[in-house]
Amino acid sequence: MGYLRAVSPFLGAIVLAFVMQFGVAPMFGAYYQKLLIDIGINIVLAVSLNLVNGFAGQFSIGHAAFMAVGGYAAGAITYYGSFHVFGDALVHHGQGDVLFLAATLVGGCVAAVAGWVVGLPSLRLKGDYLAIVTLGFGEIVRVLLQLTDDVMFKRADIEAASVGTLALALGGALGFGGLPFYTSIVWTYFFAFTLLVIAVRLKTSGEGRAFLSVRENEIAASAMGIDTTRYKVRAFVLAAFFAGIAGSLFAHEIGTTLNPRELGFQKSFDIVIMVVLGGMGSISGAVLAAIVLTLLPEFLREAASYRMIIYALLLISMMILRPQGLFGVREVWELYRRPKVSRPQVRPPGSLP
Amino acid sequence: MAKLLQTLFDGVAVGSLYALIALGYTMVYGILQFINFAHSDIFMTGAWIAFVIAKAAGWAGGDTPIWASLVTLLGSMIFCGLLGFVIERLAYRPLRGAPRLNVLITAIGVSLFLENTGQLEVLFGTQPQRMPTLLSSEPLFRIGGVGLPLVDVVVVLVAVGLMLLLQWLVFSTRLGRAMRAVSFSIPVASLMGVNVDRVVSFTFVVGSALAAAAGFLYAMKYPGLNQPAHSTWILLGLKCFVAAVVGGIGNVRGAMLGGLLIGCVEMFGAAYLSTSLRDVYVFSILILVLLFKPTGLLGKATVEKV
Repeated sequence: MGYLRAVSPFLGAIVLAFVMQFGVAPMFGAYYQKLLIDIGINIVLAVSLNLVNGFAGQFSIGHAAFMAVGGYAAGAITYYGSFHVFGDALVHHGQGDVLFLAATLVGGCVAAVAGWVVGLPSLRLKGDYLAIVTLGFGEIVRVLLQLTDDVMFKRADIEAASVGTLALALGGALGFGGLPFYTSIVWTYFFAFTLLVIAVRLKTSGEGRAFLSVRENEIAASAMGIDTTRYKVRAFVLAAFFAGIAGSLFAHEIGTTLNPRELGFQKSFDIVIMVVLGGMGSISGAVLAAIVLTLLPEFLREAASYRMIIYALLLISMMILRPQGLFGVREVWELYRRPKVSRPQVRPPGSLP
Repeated sequence: MAKLLQTLFDGVAVGSLYALIALGYTMVYGILQFINFAHSDIFMTGAWIAFVIAKAAGWAGGDTPIWASLVTLLGSMIFCGLLGFVIERLAYRPLRGAPRLNVLITAIGVSLFLENTGQLEVLFGTQPQRMPTLLSSEPLFRIGGVGLPLVDVVVVLVAVGLMLLLQWLVFSTRLGRAMRAVSFSIPVASLMGVNVDRVVSFTFVVGSALAAAAGFLYAMKYPGLNQPAHSTWILLGLKCFVAAVVGGIGNVRGAMLGGLLIGCVEMFGAAYLSTSLRDVYVFSILILVLLFKPTGLLGKATVEKV
């Protein structure tokens, strides 16, 4: 029974992903199907950043860099791997999805390692240092990716080249073009729903409560025996893993090019805004914000130059008027439930405790 | 030898610019303990206001009087000083005492606001512009075969002059003593009769004016001005924050030292190793300093009290 309880939400995620593909998607046209994928990717990004930002209370503004690391790693594997396995990048004999899944997981792992390397020194210090280090890390990643060599596209060259050469041929400033399109609604929402299951479970588990305690008060948390640095690094690595997966989804999506400039701090700020708007620590809030903020620019196309000004004012006034975000730490379904802890117990006068 | 001297001059010129901006970061951090992300945009605004003033007055070319530069510098400093005052009043003061994360996010919001408002056509527009030449780039005199243009001399002199002024302000005046008291502890300072709000406002005005001066000098040295939302501005601001951290955040002398150090490292790295990796050196230094001396070169280790 326990086994079933542990696994069934993940099976549910798979089923829901297929429902999205075959139940929901056919109702829309091709343009909205692409938007649906964009929404899914942004959900993965926002919810994963929320693990660091909302749960553990550490402020990372380099999430797009982990996305870039994962996306490039996965892209290199599918692109050059396809040449080795199938003979050409765009041919896959119906077996490409296995390669894609493997590449995506590897991309996530590479991003997670990057997260560990970045997080370990900076998470020992106060939170603001993490912000600046992640921002700096993002810039380093962008500069290094812009320095990579051109993409190779001749089969003979690729088969002759060593792995090291291929790992450096990532397109440079022009971007990594020619990647096969594997990202489907099924894949996107499979990862999105899986992350959601993990996040929801984390929030109510001992591990997740340790994250929350680090956020609420580091000194009190370490007094309770929580190794604060270790939990911060854990949250950070997990978030980087899913950012890498989102990067892979982004890399293999139709109509996007993997380009260092696209994944700069502007993108990181976009993700931060989603998390802040939804409420730091609220999973459903992050999901809602990801949906709204993906759709909003599509409807605000005429006012494009004012869009970022509106975002900025929204961010400032949000912090002043409702600093906890739209939902705070609560979930959408908890909105009408009375808060359990924060209300002081008032006893009628004269009654005994 | 000539290359070494040239690189050293460049490093000192750029480093003193970095130091001016780093001072703004370090003063705000010392008093309010938050990274003022909008500081790089104040710097950007300073450079662009200098451009607007010089353009409106029609100054350009070699026959520009020397007071034209002074007017541009002061105009830019006054405008950005006021801007800093308004930003602190409207965006940061309501959040005094709020969690640090919230203030940091507000600062990012202010930064995005300044950038994208600057991009509007009625203000600076979305196109890069060329700053008119106010100071000649002809070599003023030569040392060891390397010519020193007037621009570089002015950059270093103005930067050093402003830093000396700040040094005097912080360590030898009543207001400076109030600033140091507030940075030591806000509640205690206010119990001792220090008007904390006024001191914080003043800090923002001074920091922003210094950033504007740096913006003007930057526009003099590198006349190609990128559009307001271009990433070079934030990147420059980040480097200056790195300078403040390297020197010891909250420490005025540390910011000056860190600025010079970062400027020289960047220039020497670009000249002798690889130009395209110059940003990488700066951030690698940050990570190294954080690993081995998290409080910076001149910072004192403090124990966090409960």
